[in-house]
Amino acid sequence: MCLAVPTQIIKLLDNQMALTSLAGVEKEISLALLAEPVSIGDYVIVHVGYALSKLDEADAQKTLAYFTELLDEENYTQTRE
Amino acid sequence: MKYIDEFRNSAVAQQLIKQIKLLANPQREYRLMEFCGGHTHAIHRYALNQVLPSNIKLIHGPGCPVCVLPIPRIDQAIWLASQTEVILCSYADMLRVPGDHQDSLIKAKSRGADIRIVYSVNDALELAKHNPTKQVVFFAIGFETTTPPTAHAILTAQKLGLTNFKVFANHVLTPVAMEAILDSDEVNLDGFIGPSHVSIIIGANAYAQVATQYQKPIVIAGFEPLDILQSILYLLELINQGKTEIINQYSRAVSAKGNLAAQQMVSQVFKLRDEFSWRGLGSIAKSGLAINENFQGYDAEKYWQIPIFKTSDVKACECPQILRGLKQPRECKLFAKACTPEHPMGACMVSSEGACAASYQYRID
Repeated sequence: MCLAVPTQIIKLLDNQMALTSLAGVEKEISLALLAEPVSIGDYVIVHVGYALSKLDEADAQKTLAYFTELLDEENYTQTRE
Repeated sequence: MKYIDEFRNSAVAQQLIKQIKLLANPQREYRLMEFCGGHTHAIHRYALNQVLPSNIKLIHGPGCPVCVLPIPRIDQAIWLASQTEVILCSYADMLRVPGDHQDSLIKAKSRGADIRIVYSVNDALELAKHNPTKQVVFFAIGFETTTPPTAHAILTAQKLGLTNFKVFANHVLTPVAMEAILDSDEVNLDGFIGPSHVSIIIGANAYAQVATQYQKPIVIAGFEPLDILQSILYLLELINQGKTEIINQYSRAVSAKGNLAAQQMVSQVFKLRDEFSWRGLGSIAKSGLAINENFQGYDAEKYWQIPIFKTSDVKACECPQILRGLKQPRECKLFAKACTPEHPMGACMVSSEGACAASYQYRID
């Protein structure tokens, strides 16, 4: 029920609506619950047809950088062994 | 898919599991409850429970809105759908949930009731616009994630002057349910894997009571496998150090205070019920929402005198114990025998987020 997915905004429409694309599937969603402004190219977390929040891409990159670090550490250890 | 696939990388998963194994103290157990059904589903889908050290016990929580809705409310929805002037709109999950004498909305539909599956509450609004002679009732269920869209739909109906749109409100609250589990003292827990999308709305700070008063660490976790593994790693660190903090692993979507605009809409349209019944957890004070007086024209419970039903669960169904974390699906006598997703006896087997459905779908025999 609480499933929600990061979806990219490809077009802004009237009445606080936007067209989004998820893996090529386009869908109209509502931006009515968002206080912050969004632009084309932004990712939003979508649930039952509503964007719940804007995805903080810088923050996502930080988490991914941590994952890359983990892999690098492993490769480093393996080389030393 | 961007921001999904990267969080399913198996090489990183191996690394996180390695770190978890290093941190897990073999002298003790770590009993972690994943509150959300979405996490339960992901844990089974990616078999995370099978790759973790055996002293890390993942206990399924009640965070499946379809599962916790008590049977009498389903009977009431069937009653509403059976009124000739009504078009009942529901999310798909609800249709096969068994009510009294294994009746269900899908059976009511086959008897001629006008029941429509909708993806969004907005679809119900559209139906109301196009069917002015009908009363369009939205069967609203769900936690804090799903409540703001319902609130927004009611505000929109008011703006449009749509008088034939009604909501049968069954929205419930997460932190209160967590506290009820901790209050009951039945389940021994060391920490929580906290909800992803509920937290987008209510914010990480909403669990302060769980962390401080009940002294349980909580890590708000995204729904992807790497999110869950990283959160388990954080929980182990906190538990080993005896800390009861809130950590926000899912910071790419969740803030400390949450979505204030959505919270504002919810508090404008809804009010706390004195109490609300949960399957498994019983009646919990201030755990559910009703439509407030200013919007009572949209409240199905005000528009109709809906009869009160007293149906109880099928006796052999362990759904209530499973929802409280006291039993695993396999410990139910009906599991995978009398009760399957095709012929569910209880709600935990119906919803894809239900613990029984997840265990059944990804079982390894």
